[in-house]
Amino acid sequence: MSQKKSFQGLILTLQEFWAAQGCVILQPYDMEVGAGTFHPATTLRALGPKPWKAAYVQPSRRPKDGRYGENPNRLQHYYQFQVILKPNPPNLQELYLASLAAIGVDQTLHDIRFVEDDWESPTLGAWGLGWECWCDGMEVSQFTYFQQVAGFECAPVAGELTYGLERLAMYVQGVENIYDLDFNGAAGADRVTYGDVFLQAEQEYSRHNFEAADTAMLFRQFTDAEAACRSYLDAGAPAAEGERHRMAQPAYDQCIKASHVFNLLDARGVISVTERQSYILRVRDLAKACGAAWLRTAAGGA
Amino acid sequence: MPDLLLELRSEEIPARMQRRAAEDLKKRVTDALVERGFLYEGAKAFSTPRRLALHVAGLPARGEAVPEERRGPRVGAPEAAIQGFLKGAGLARLEDAQTITDPKKGEFYLAVIERPGRATLDVLAELLPEIIKTFPWPKSMRWGAASAELGALRWVRPLQSIVATFGPETETPEVVPFTVGGIPAGTVTYGHRFLAPEPIEVRRFDDYIQALERAKVILDPDRRKDVILHDARDLAFARGLDLVEDEGLLDEVAGLVEWPVVLLGSFDEAFLDIPAEAIRATIRANQKCFVLRKGGSEDLAPAFILVSNLVASDGGQAITAGNERVVRARLSDAKFFWETDKAIRLEDRLPKLDSIVFHEQLGTQGQRIARIAALAQELAPLVGADPALAERAARLAKADLVTEMVGEFPELQGLMGRKYAALQGQPESVCAAIEEHYKPVGPSDRVPTDPVAIAVALADKLDTLSGFWSIDEKPTGSKDPFALRRAALGIVRLLVEQRLNIPLMSVLLAEMSAFEFKKIAKFESSITKEILSLTRQSLERFDLENFDIKDINTIMKRRNVSKNFLSAAKDSSADVFEELWAKGVEFAVPKAGDLLGFFADRLKVYLRDQGARHDLIDAVFALPGQDDLLMVVRRVEALGKFLDTEDGKNLLAGYKRAANILRIEEKKDGRAYDAAPDAALAAAGKPAERALAEALAKARETASASVAREDFAGAMQALSTLRAPVDAFFQDVTVNALDPKLRANRLLLLNALRAATREVAEFSKIEG
Repeated sequence: MSQKKSFQGLILTLQEFWAAQGCVILQPYDMEVGAGTFHPATTLRALGPKPWKAAYVQPSRRPKDGRYGENPNRLQHYYQFQVILKPNPPNLQELYLASLAAIGVDQTLHDIRFVEDDWESPTLGAWGLGWECWCDGMEVSQFTYFQQVAGFECAPVAGELTYGLERLAMYVQGVENIYDLDFNGAAGADRVTYGDVFLQAEQEYSRHNFEAADTAMLFRQFTDAEAACRSYLDAGAPAAEGERHRMAQPAYDQCIKASHVFNLLDARGVISVTERQSYILRVRDLAKACGAAWLRTAAGGA
Repeated sequence: MPDLLLELRSEEIPARMQRRAAEDLKKRVTDALVERGFLYEGAKAFSTPRRLALHVAGLPARGEAVPEERRGPRVGAPEAAIQGFLKGAGLARLEDAQTITDPKKGEFYLAVIERPGRATLDVLAELLPEIIKTFPWPKSMRWGAASAELGALRWVRPLQSIVATFGPETETPEVVPFTVGGIPAGTVTYGHRFLAPEPIEVRRFDDYIQALERAKVILDPDRRKDVILHDARDLAFARGLDLVEDEGLLDEVAGLVEWPVVLLGSFDEAFLDIPAEAIRATIRANQKCFVLRKGGSEDLAPAFILVSNLVASDGGQAITAGNERVVRARLSDAKFFWETDKAIRLEDRLPKLDSIVFHEQLGTQGQRIARIAALAQELAPLVGADPALAERAARLAKADLVTEMVGEFPELQGLMGRKYAALQGQPESVCAAIEEHYKPVGPSDRVPTDPVAIAVALADKLDTLSGFWSIDEKPTGSKDPFALRRAALGIVRLLVEQRLNIPLMSVLLAEMSAFEFKKIAKFESSITKEILSLTRQSLERFDLENFDIKDINTIMKRRNVSKNFLSAAKDSSADVFEELWAKGVEFAVPKAGDLLGFFADRLKVYLRDQGARHDLIDAVFALPGQDDLLMVVRRVEALGKFLDTEDGKNLLAGYKRAANILRIEEKKDGRAYDAAPDAALAAAGKPAERALAEALAKARETASASVAREDFAGAMQALSTLRAPVDAFFQDVTVNALDPKLRANRLLLLNALRAATREVAEFSKIEG
């Protein structure tokens, strides 16, 4: 296998491609999140008038999707490659197709389609219109024009691309099982598969997510994070009209934490259907308050 | 005459919105033209995933000239006034103006100015941007740098280019000069995204559609559908397979490609263990592919048809292989769901339904199932079903909602339940009821025939309707989020088409009293069922034949439902309970009456669709106590037949005459003639008068007895005997006799005729 088609080769190619488009190449956010969208480089930077271009890999955790390493298609921890461009350039679709070509998807051989898929994140109070991008019937990316984030209209609109890296790699490598993915493209003893890196983790975390996660602690953490978010927002609040907010980002970290803790509680099955909605609303309220604070910071355009 | 070509090219438009958008574009543009006096010969709109296009043929080059009259000053007015008038009207000399004579004010100047019609091009340049800016997409968005500004252009996805040309066939058309959202209208478009990426210069519709075709875009969605359907059939046929046709999917797929290329893929035969419906659902919903049947058989073949948007350089091998891989993964999931689901018995799934909220105010799915089961058991004897089986079927009917398969494919609800129930050895009628209790869905769906299925189907829908009516969630205008009209139509069709006699009022009242009671008392769900059954027992005992809402109220209050309940529930607070229960019934009565009215409306719509006369339905519904829908239908049928006969027509004429005379005389006298006529007085009068009195007494008695036996034809027959005596009466007898006693009694006789006809219908509602 060529280096380029390996899992890490794919990431390197995408980084290079988007760096050439003027994106800052960031590293993953250092917190547990459910998707690349939660990274402040997307959620917060999508708000306000300032232009912004960034690309990064984000490890994403979906505790409920764990399958103890037994399902060839589902993981509780996987990688997303995230691109955000604000405002979206007029040729974003062409750029996306060029990025696929860069990772080796031959557009004279493969059927690439943009199929309606409107995106909505109830916890982030965000929605946008766009598509799932299909390659020969397989969804390989999500393409969204953000219309609203944290309850605020996006002005200007940002374009967001999310590549499902494992899916894309399975496609490029022609592999049927995630764990068989070639991770590093090396030969012989140096060859490392996705399973070598992550199989044990999937087994352990599935056990943790479904069986062991300490729910009493998690409930406490949720309340703590919620309270901390509010108190940081209060502490950083502008003293007077026209002044800036001084602690939007630390507050938003607590919102992220609350969201992840909620996902863990949900996976443990200790949140009833009716309670579920109210937890989602509580996280959304935090996200909205953080968005409002961000809009009163320098980076938010205040 | 000149044509308009308009193309709005955007990023991919959702398939489900394309057709409607093309129609909206056509309508808005042509309406706007017609409104401004520009008539056209023809218009056609088209759509692909990346464009809406409109061709309006045969427009005038400019609008018609409009003469405008402008009145000037008096003849002989000061020079300054005359000069002002000439200048304002654009006339060179006073001789160009006409003079008119006003009888009061003398002679005036009048300028008749020909306003030339506006150039169509200018009008288009004015109206097209407006139409684009206010286009009615179901969902629209902003994009790009412009979206920073308020009022930025919205479109379904980013709008990329506009072609707008106008001109006659023989000349180079002109570009309609406008810019919207920063996009100037022009003559350049693009073909297929991958197969022909170069720009195309277009002039008018004819060369546009051909240029697109050369650039691998079939503009007409119906042509794309034809290509897909024919190629799919051919490919299937070549392998000895049959295409499972699917109009909805075909429409969608035609909206996902500009240049359809149909390919055939296959999957492992072992997946055919999965129920065919589930295979189809996953392949259809997730992959937008068609399934195939083995030639001449009902069994699915391990193959599928996919529609790609690319003429691939390898003939489609990579595309087919890629799709096969995804289908394989999807079917593995489906197989996993099927195997997992089979391992759990349906009844073991019920506790989970207790934690799922059906509706905030109507409780959990579990509570709902308990209500439906109790009601199905009650209704069973009325529809010829075994009550125990109906109860069991109702308990299990919703259990598949928590299976993996239905979670993934909600459209398989009922069907999967049936499969699991059959595997678990449930009797056939229980299995059928689990699948069919949602039916009929809409006016053309099949109506269940198995009595157990009928009982559960009725109970499910009655519970839904009573519940939502109790919390005042009724359909309004076009809004019917809980599909209550469909549920009511379902009940109408079940009762009428399966010929079932069920007096709805008692069922609704029992059901809704329990809802009201629960609302007031906030009692636990555990006792609801007992309340329900006790309410129904109490209701069974009173006569609903001639019910009156107020009577029911009193009867319900008088009945000791509460005491019965209390002895069963061994509760001590008897008085409180009785008070609450009485209140519940009181609140339920008007709501049940309202819901019955809703059924009447649905029945009217249903019968009208079947061709029944609107006025006859009204005539029957105007009678009190019409809560047995089948009976209503039979009355309408019998009435229709009767009125088609000579006797019927004549009697109706006689009735109208009698009613007219009564109306006039009652108004004149300021009193109603609604007592029984004096038989002795009638007997002493003219022979025709005596004959009518006797005939009326007899006919009314017979008609009434026939109605009681539900023999409506017999009742009509009895009325038909009145024709001759009524005719003779009107011929021989003067109603307005000089003797006031005689006159009054004759009016009472006419009233008796009115009363006799009321045995079968309210004749005053009948037209003709």
